[in-house]
Amino acid sequence: MLKYIAERILYTLPVAFGVSIVCFMLVHIAPGDPLTSILPPDASAQLQEEMRRIYGFDRPLPVQYGLWVLKVVQGDFGTSIATGRPVAMELGRALGNTLMLAVLATMIGFLFGGLFGFVAGYFRDSWVDRIASLISIVGVSVPHYWLGMVLVIIFSVQLNWLPATGAGPGGSADWVWDWAHVRHLILPAITMSVIPMGIVARTVRALVADILSQEFITGLRAKGLLDVGVFRHVVKNTAPTALAVMGLQLGYLLGGSILIETVFSWPGTGFLLGQAIFQRDLPLLQGAILTLAMIFVALNLLVDIVQSLLDPRVQRS
Amino acid sequence: MSVASFQHIAEIEKSPGYWAGVMRRFRRDPVAMIALFVVLALILMAVFAPLVAPADPYRASMLRRLRPIGTEGFPLGTDELGRDMLSRLIHGGRLSLLMGVTPVFIAFFIGSAIGITAGYLGGKVNSVLMRTIDVFFAFPSVLLAIALSGALGAGIFNGLLSLTVVFIPPIARIAESVTTAVRRIEYVEAARASGASSFTIVRVHVLGNVIGPVFVYATGLISVSLILASGLSFLGLGVKPPEPEWGLMLNTLRNAIYVQPWVAALPGLMIFITSISFNLLSDGLRSAMDIKS
Repeated sequence: MLKYIAERILYTLPVAFGVSIVCFMLVHIAPGDPLTSILPPDASAQLQEEMRRIYGFDRPLPVQYGLWVLKVVQGDFGTSIATGRPVAMELGRALGNTLMLAVLATMIGFLFGGLFGFVAGYFRDSWVDRIASLISIVGVSVPHYWLGMVLVIIFSVQLNWLPATGAGPGGSADWVWDWAHVRHLILPAITMSVIPMGIVARTVRALVADILSQEFITGLRAKGLLDVGVFRHVVKNTAPTALAVMGLQLGYLLGGSILIETVFSWPGTGFLLGQAIFQRDLPLLQGAILTLAMIFVALNLLVDIVQSLLDPRVQRS
Repeated sequence: MSVASFQHIAEIEKSPGYWAGVMRRFRRDPVAMIALFVVLALILMAVFAPLVAPADPYRASMLRRLRPIGTEGFPLGTDELGRDMLSRLIHGGRLSLLMGVTPVFIAFFIGSAIGITAGYLGGKVNSVLMRTIDVFFAFPSVLLAIALSGALGAGIFNGLLSLTVVFIPPIARIAESVTTAVRRIEYVEAARASGASSFTIVRVHVLGNVIGPVFVYATGLISVSLILASGLSFLGLGVKPPEPEWGLMLNTLRNAIYVQPWVAALPGLMIFITSISFNLLSDGLRSAMDIKS
């Protein structure tokens, strides 16, 4: 067991290294000089040279990378060009909001997706299966940013039940668990939950159908095991994979929240990322992407370890 | 995907009349046939957009902005600049389909080449190629697409490039796993033992067995690619105004949801219809070819 975990961690290190290189290079694949976004277009050659030296862009790339990583591991992501505040501070605030939204959406998606998938797999090729399959294919095919807009049209514009944008009354930044704030969370969370719902439903349906078709189930039934008992076996065999899918989906939602956060003006990392792109705030862009990708890498590792603890068969494959 | 299921493919694909059987099963699947019909209709609509569209998609008029659905002369209303929605939706299919399908198409070739090379050669080459692929896998796809096109800047070419990079890793991974499975099948061993060159083995045995499953997998990515491509334009990356493109139209009509909500929602409905049709088509192909995911 420990050996497996150690192997997984060792395997993650080069991936994390690669991810940091990709994030570092993002600033350098951007057209033009990284400084063009900061400097006025009529800046003198001397000033440009000066700035280049201050920001360290005159050094060789590997040296720049080394210095950047050294700062990042100390929690220093540089300073946002747009706001002048530390990138780490901006990110910290936004990350909490995105985490709240993504965790809630994953929970809703897992609950309904698991339910639909289970029922569909259990009553395979029945009308229940067909409806559940339809829901899951709609879930994976719908452009979620459009679904968000449609929900806003119905519940905010037409019915006026829920707010259309923001994370609290009057654009307040601090979250409180009261109705005035929670109302803002409902539409974005439901919109976001549709993606994991479709995928979890598909996965669970396939798993349940596969397990029910195996010989040991027929054997157990022949020995007189009741449906309740069979159900227990199915859950035990499905849960580890379903939980792994849920963990990965949480990672996808955390990293891919930009579209939904833009629709709802939800003040999270995705919204921040959008601002960074349009203000060409490269330190913020780099910091946000590195943080989100590293969270995804860590979550992948965690999912693998938890899954191997729940299901020892995983280690052998 | 399990190795066994691909070996199964490899076996049935060699039997005579395999593709005839696939066609027969596909034709008997009503959902897949409807999806195919919708996809073909959308492609024809996009190709012949100037002939199909009733009006000029660029002609704006401040006098007739945001008319509702069912207005005389404008069956689907007008947008925020008074342009005919129906014509813009028809023309919008051109860029939306192009931006959605092209990345998967290019990634299919590059990803298959990488995957087959890694899977066939194995050893160090495999490790280097697949560990590099793993790095790109470590990014959620939406994040990678947005990071790349955000750094490169808006534009059709940059959008296409970013999406292609996003879809190479998953395709390469599938191609690699199928190739590794095929390489171990006895008749490939037999071909090698009887002196067939690597080139011949890859061309005859590996390509024949690998391309089918990888192709079906790639068709399943088109729906994701369409949503992502329009998503980039929705964010203001990708296609730039005044070009008609569904994601961009959805973006510019966002403020109109208080005036003409259902007109504003139309471009998204087009993305949805296209994406679900490609998904159902891919599912139909998958079951017709008997590939277990």
